[in-house]
Amino acid sequence: MGSVVALRSLIEGRQVWQGTATPVTTGDEPTGWAMLDAILPAGGWPAAAMTEILLPADGVGELQLLLPTLARHTQAGRTVVVVAPPYTPYVPGWEAGGVRMSKVDIVQADARDALWATEQCLRSGSCAAVLAWPFQADDRALRRLQVAADTGKALAFAFRDRRHLVQASPAALRLELMPGAASRVRVHKCRGGNAPAFPVPVGWT
Amino acid sequence: MLWACVLLPQLALDDVLRGRPPSDEPLVLVGGPANGRIVVAANLSARAAGVYRGQRLSAAQALLNRFEMVEYDPAATLRAHRMLAAWAYGYSSDVALLPHAVVFEAGSSLKLFGQWADMEPALRRSLDDQGFRHRITLAPNAHAAHVLAGVRDGLAVTSVDELRRTLAPMPLQRARLPEGAADALASMGVRTFGQLMGLPRAGLQRRFGAMLLDYMDALVGDAPATLESFRPPDSLDLRMEWAHEVEQSGALVFPLRRLTGDLAAYLAGRDGGVQRFVVELEHRSGPPTCMPVGLLAAERDARLLFDCARERLERQALPSSVVAMRLIASELPPFVPGGRDLFDTRPANAMPLDQLRGRLLARLGEKAIYRLGRTVDPRPEYAQAREPTAPVPTPETSPRPTWLLDHPIPLRDAPSAVICGPERLETGWWDGDIRRDYYVVRTAQGQRAWVYRAPDEPGRWMLHGWFA
Repeated sequence: MGSVVALRSLIEGRQVWQGTATPVTTGDEPTGWAMLDAILPAGGWPAAAMTEILLPADGVGELQLLLPTLARHTQAGRTVVVVAPPYTPYVPGWEAGGVRMSKVDIVQADARDALWATEQCLRSGSCAAVLAWPFQADDRALRRLQVAADTGKALAFAFRDRRHLVQASPAALRLELMPGAASRVRVHKCRGGNAPAFPVPVGWT
Repeated sequence: MLWACVLLPQLALDDVLRGRPPSDEPLVLVGGPANGRIVVAANLSARAAGVYRGQRLSAAQALLNRFEMVEYDPAATLRAHRMLAAWAYGYSSDVALLPHAVVFEAGSSLKLFGQWADMEPALRRSLDDQGFRHRITLAPNAHAAHVLAGVRDGLAVTSVDELRRTLAPMPLQRARLPEGAADALASMGVRTFGQLMGLPRAGLQRRFGAMLLDYMDALVGDAPATLESFRPPDSLDLRMEWAHEVEQSGALVFPLRRLTGDLAAYLAGRDGGVQRFVVELEHRSGPPTCMPVGLLAAERDARLLFDCARERLERQALPSSVVAMRLIASELPPFVPGGRDLFDTRPANAMPLDQLRGRLLARLGEKAIYRLGRTVDPRPEYAQAREPTAPVPTPETSPRPTWLLDHPIPLRDAPSAVICGPERLETGWWDGDIRRDYYVVRTAQGQRAWVYRAPDEPGRWMLHGWFA
């Protein structure tokens, strides 16, 4: 306690967080859901970063959340890669959401190759978005994906079970989907702002 | 016309050396009959010990107690020679093979490649990368270029007058005259090419026949050469063999890089690409291990070909040690370079999508990447296919899930609420008749499921998809 540290040196050394977040560019990647865009600091998905979506079970509307984004990118002619999905994507359902299936590449791989393939796709810079299901991935593997998304300037979406909520994650945005008569989304972590305390309803039934 | 000559003074030795990692160990190429083995070529450290070309093997063994001995294989040397001709085809359409050399018409290629001063270093770089020592010269005709290459490296003579001046002081032994002529002329006191040109033609014709005069005219003139021009083959078969046995796939990476590099050089020369090639690993006994490497589009980038082949090699289990590697490319489709937007905003290290897909295919297998499209069939199992036959313009009016289960399974708990339904789907008397009533239901966990009941089994809910 005896040593006196000049406040200026701490601030200049960037060792003290002063509570003001670095400004984030907004509106580059809208989610397509107005209520969700309104509470996210980036006004949508964090660009060139990983978004982690936590689910209680399969089939609670996790793709519904992404379909507007995927539709926007595929209609603009950009490629979306789906790596090792847990079920077969059903084309009529995706097309009903506006997705151009001719721009969606589906990659089949086992768990270890899936992480490799996801990283390759993200890093390549030729994919607009990559969807992955890293069930077994540890913190290190997720960090690699986050770095790859940053390198390749792609959107990474990682779907994981809700029980991973207690673990820390390198993702720039963590969402939890809460099913019910009206689905709600709770933001647990978002880069560039404080996570809102309450879940927001998203507009599908 | 201007002809370039690439003289390969150590083609046989270079062909052997380039297949193995760089090393200072003495190495000798041996040929000849079993009772009179002679040294065909020796590398630098063997030559430093006094081994020379044409020496008896026993003499070489007396000089050096340890050296690696490789059997001289004329067929392999010829293959390397032809491969270099295919490489030269990338610089000119008029290529011919001469002993230990490749000549090609370079004058008309200068428009494309710039001045000779720019083109020559490019040729040298490419040959260095491939591991061939070389001498390069330029002259108004192919024979003169060949002769000059035997005298001095880097000589570039562009006019006939200059050529006559350059050739005049040349010793006749170096002029590659027809068989026997050089010795006979030397005994007559004719030493240089200039002296030979000064002799009366009628006398020369009487003594040596028309062949010598024709050759002399060809050497100093700029008449088109009557050489058989080289046509690159339509398929490629490269092979690399080594004396020791390789146990680990890690040691195969170096020869693999050479072979894929040769393939890329050949493809660039032919202005083609490769979509599928096979790498064969030959063993001491038993059938070779085949590793087909498939690419999504025709490619010819050396690094990409190597990466894809290495991915494949790393996944290959070796049944026994490997003694040779072979690369076979039989289908060589035309190469269409990908267009890039000038204002492309993608990151600098970006990899084109086709390359990415090629890389994924190489590691995950040929059917690992696909796209799905609608078919005209209304049955869910058949409503989509990997190779859709025709686009279906009309979207479904009824709700359709985003996940489909490959095989319907019984729904675990009874649905908590029916959101929508029933929708009868029935057809397909010709293959697997189905009749189902589809519902959208909510489960106790809050999932939305696509389930059906067969009309004749009303109590049984079958889960077929998720509205994820």
